[in-house]
Amino acid sequence: MLWTTLKRIIKSGFISFWRNGSVSLSAVFVMIVALFMIGSTVLLTAFLGTGLKDLQDKIDINVYLDATAQEAQILDLKSKIEMLSEVKSVTYTTRDMALETFKARHIDDHRIIQALDEVGDNPLTAVLTIKAKDPAQYEGIASFLEGKAEISPDALSVVNKVNYNDNKVAIDRLSKLIAGVRKLGSIITAVMVGISILITFNTIRLAIFIARDEIGVMRLVGGSNEYIRGPFVVEGILYGLVAAVLTLIFFYPLTYWLKSATQVFYGGIDLLHYFVANFVQMFFIIIFSGMALGAVSSYLAVRKYLTAR
Amino acid sequence: MIYFENVSKIYPDGTIALEGATLSIKQGEFVSIVGHSGAGKTTLVKLLLGEDQPTGGSVSFDSVDIQNVRAKDMPDLRRRMGVIFQDFRLLPNKTAYENVAFAMEVAGKSDEEIASDVPHVLELVGLSKKMWNFPRQLSGGELQRVAIARAIVNHPDLIIADEPTGNLDPVNTYEIVQILKKVNDMGTTVILTTHNRGVVEALGKRVITMDHGKITRDDMTGKYAL
Repeated sequence: MLWTTLKRIIKSGFISFWRNGSVSLSAVFVMIVALFMIGSTVLLTAFLGTGLKDLQDKIDINVYLDATAQEAQILDLKSKIEMLSEVKSVTYTTRDMALETFKARHIDDHRIIQALDEVGDNPLTAVLTIKAKDPAQYEGIASFLEGKAEISPDALSVVNKVNYNDNKVAIDRLSKLIAGVRKLGSIITAVMVGISILITFNTIRLAIFIARDEIGVMRLVGGSNEYIRGPFVVEGILYGLVAAVLTLIFFYPLTYWLKSATQVFYGGIDLLHYFVANFVQMFFIIIFSGMALGAVSSYLAVRKYLTAR
Repeated sequence: MIYFENVSKIYPDGTIALEGATLSIKQGEFVSIVGHSGAGKTTLVKLLLGEDQPTGGSVSFDSVDIQNVRAKDMPDLRRRMGVIFQDFRLLPNKTAYENVAFAMEVAGKSDEEIASDVPHVLELVGLSKKMWNFPRQLSGGELQRVAIARAIVNHPDLIIADEPTGNLDPVNTYEIVQILKKVNDMGTTVILTTHNRGVVEALGKRVITMDHGKITRDDMTGKYAL
């Protein structure tokens, strides 16, 4: 019996979606706009997030070590730094490696190469490059390295210079910017999702308002509330599903069109690449939002006409 | 079977639609209720259907006080009454067949029962050739036949026809009344509200006359006394 009822409700929803063609079409169009807003906000914030993460990864502090520092002392210091909970990674660049990198960078500048040759000895020092888990934590790490926190003087004695203070302003500003953009992103997402819910709900409410007389007839014939409501909910889900599929299709040419613009913006990745790479996630977000929006809106909109006896 | 006991209905704006109406209708009767517009005929029907609540008195159907029926039991009660309206009230996006089948679906009938009963009842009202037409493709008389088919398909105990011939020409009016008579002959109680003198006199059945919310006459054999 339950199965028969469910089958009839689903069938009736499909039939009325098809036969109320113009109403369905308008509802689908409005939902495309709503889902498009949700989708593009999600896509842009996620894309922005990746960009910010890239930017964040470029921040680090360098610890320049004394030329006389022994390998064992350096490794001891490295392991001590690695033990700090704020530290994500520590990279050790030996004096020789530093020289290699320097030479490679200035290979076309023969005056510098010549000057290096004249010095004879390797003038560069070994460097420990530290990346923090969060840009806000660099301050703490720097103060640790400057001996303000507890550390064995033995290990700290090899530190010549920490470049944090030179870049302090830039790091601070960048970490504030990243936090600000994140916060703004979530506010915009919330507003967009709110607007989408409102326009979808109102459109479906209008669609059901058109059918209010039919609801009255169904009640008079003896239809139970669930049996009357069911097909409307199925119809709502269909609006959402169709709109979601169309929205996903529209996203492809759009991101393709924005490809070059976003590539310039970030250098490496572009929006199209990001959309394609995260398609499965986007697919589920859009489809689920569409179906949930349609179903909940229909459920609530029909309820109004079912409250009386 | 149906009892109205001292029923009154006063709308919030002060309009008195029914005043001290008392009547009883027995199983198998064919009762016409006549009166001018605003006499209270439709209010009577609405109270019986549970669409409205009386201000005073009580309305009962098969010993059930309609105003005390809980909202979730209302559909069960309504499936025992078939309703026919002047404006047909069919579902516009369903075919004649589907409109009739809908009444059976909500009553939880099986697909097999629906497939055998719906064509049969549409044949009974003379519409077997237009089974798959939508309401917009049917004439007034045909629409009312679909409505009757829908009302009788679940074999209800009572048929309530509220001005069913109000929008129809004399030929269709005659035919619709004949169908109702046939339904009544099969044992179903019929309540017909109308202001068509011809219909009432041709029927020769019980007539209740209403005026300004009051029952003014109750004749056992048809007379249109207005």
